[in-house]
Amino acid sequence: MAIDNVAGPAAQRRRARQHESVGSRVFDVLNVVILTALAAVTVLPMLYVLAGSFATEAEIDSRPFFLWPQHFATDAYDYIFTGGTFVRALLTTICVTAVGTVIQVGLTLTMAYPLSKRFLPGRTLAINLVVFTLVFSGGMIPTYLVVRDLGLLDSYWALILPLAINPFYLLIVKSFFQELPEALEEAARIDGCNELGVFWRIVLPLSKPVIATFSLFYAVAIWNDYMSPLLYIEDEHKWTLQVLVRQLTAPNADSENALNALEGAFFPQQGVKFAIIVLATLPILLVYPFLQKHFAKGVLIGSVKE
Amino acid sequence: MATDLVPGVTPETPKTSPPPPDSARRRQRARTIASALRHRWLYVMLLPGVAYFLVFKYWPMYGLHIAFKEYLPFLGYSGSPWVGFQQFETLFSGPDFDRLMLNTLILALLTIVFVFPAPIVVALLLNELRTVFVKRSIQSLIYIPHFLSWAIVASLTYLLFSVDFGVLAGFIHSIVGGEQTDYVAQESWFRPIIVLQLLWKQTGWGTIIYLAALAGVDTQLYEAARVDGAGRWRQLWHITLPAIRPAIVVMAILTSGHLLDSGFEQIWLMTTSLNRSVSEVFDTYVYYIGITQGAYSYSTAVGLFKGVIGVLLIAGSNWLAKRLGQRGLY
Repeated sequence: MAIDNVAGPAAQRRRARQHESVGSRVFDVLNVVILTALAAVTVLPMLYVLAGSFATEAEIDSRPFFLWPQHFATDAYDYIFTGGTFVRALLTTICVTAVGTVIQVGLTLTMAYPLSKRFLPGRTLAINLVVFTLVFSGGMIPTYLVVRDLGLLDSYWALILPLAINPFYLLIVKSFFQELPEALEEAARIDGCNELGVFWRIVLPLSKPVIATFSLFYAVAIWNDYMSPLLYIEDEHKWTLQVLVRQLTAPNADSENALNALEGAFFPQQGVKFAIIVLATLPILLVYPFLQKHFAKGVLIGSVKE
Repeated sequence: MATDLVPGVTPETPKTSPPPPDSARRRQRARTIASALRHRWLYVMLLPGVAYFLVFKYWPMYGLHIAFKEYLPFLGYSGSPWVGFQQFETLFSGPDFDRLMLNTLILALLTIVFVFPAPIVVALLLNELRTVFVKRSIQSLIYIPHFLSWAIVASLTYLLFSVDFGVLAGFIHSIVGGEQTDYVAQESWFRPIIVLQLLWKQTGWGTIIYLAALAGVDTQLYEAARVDGAGRWRQLWHITLPAIRPAIVVMAILTSGHLLDSGFEQIWLMTTSLNRSVSEVFDTYVYYIGITQGAYSYSTAVGLFKGVIGVLLIAGSNWLAKRLGQRGLY
């Protein structure tokens, strides 16, 4: 089902436009105005933060809202990049996201493939094992205790392993594998491939779009995760970017201390809050065009089709 | 959350055949074992995933039994003494329960009244747009906040409501008047701000499911309605709304299943020492009592109570949907 089919009934009606009532045309104009306002309200806060991150402290304090700084300043970025804290948090987040995504996608694909084989004895049991976790879970504290008992507290693995497979994604990928033409795999099997070979040489190359989609799904989820570091990470040297954002912008935050302040350097108190938000958001916005294309499809495979 | 939809799970219906005679059954079992051996690589592939589910999903479920114990870390799961329903009694009779329930339910109610219908309205408006380019552009813009983390959204909120320079703080002040204060910290503004954040972050993304349903409507229906003299309002009422009704029902069931799940990250990030009386909900309470205070058994009991209610809510709303003649989730 294509949501790209955006023209819908409206385009069809365009032909009948000349016969339409005044009320109908007034509505059309109003509709565009309302939705444009909605889009503006959505985007303006982000643009303000971007502009604010390049403004001087005085300008942030004196102008309540602006989209272009009067005096262009990079104090905030200079300060953030010279202290070690931000760079460390950035590298941590990038590494955890990269390693985590590879692990999560790998586990999801390898588990989804056998689950897609209807002939496999025990498959139904495994599927039920997965589906049940959608309805019921142990919850925060029992999961925390498991992570603790595994000795993963204050370990980067705690940010990856407890979320290693998203059951929703797993079931979607499983459905995708089920739709692949069986004949191709059969041919490879006759040529002497074992199941690993079929998976590696036939199935994975056919699944590139799905792999791309779910890599993005997982990567964004890890990048944005705040709860896992809150639960499992105490050591401030292991802070991720989201935690740093929080530490800098929380009410009554001691931002200067959170950034390991540089002795004697000018500290842009407000500017760093703007800049850190921009820096933590930037990667998401860079992949957004891809996200938009793939995510919408993923959501729909997951729901409407059923 | 829009990704929380039910994926393509088709329930496997076991083939019901008359029970085979003994020898046939043995032969069948031999066949199953032979098939299992032939597909050993598939089992090897299955193994890491199953291990994940057992360790990180089912081991915690086993751990839930400490809700009926007085769990002490140095005694471990098995050594801690059983206490029956004592933790639950503490919860239900304690001073926190009413407040938690009230806060959670009020947020749920606000979500149903304001946040749930918003994507439906916006989807209907988008559907009436005549220019494809305008529609695409607006969609691209209003989807963006879905991908921002709650930490970012909370920080953005704190900036916009900053006492010193926040534009929204100034805006509210100009309407409400009185003394300029820190609205984010105040009890009375906590709930409106939570709703605003949810609207800002999720409305655009939430339209996707409804737009998909709308794209599937047969345009001939509209033609026929026009020929019969139906205006746009009547077309909306008689064609468009019925077309998205199944999607609305599914979303309603999913939402009601999560009534007690206030978004943990969002609420935790917006909680201040001043607004605690209205901001504390089950999820944040579990974290506070369990992780920061170390009352593992009690907090597990709170979480279990919430989880069981959640299952009942899903089952109940699904039953209701079927009673009302809609296709449910299962």
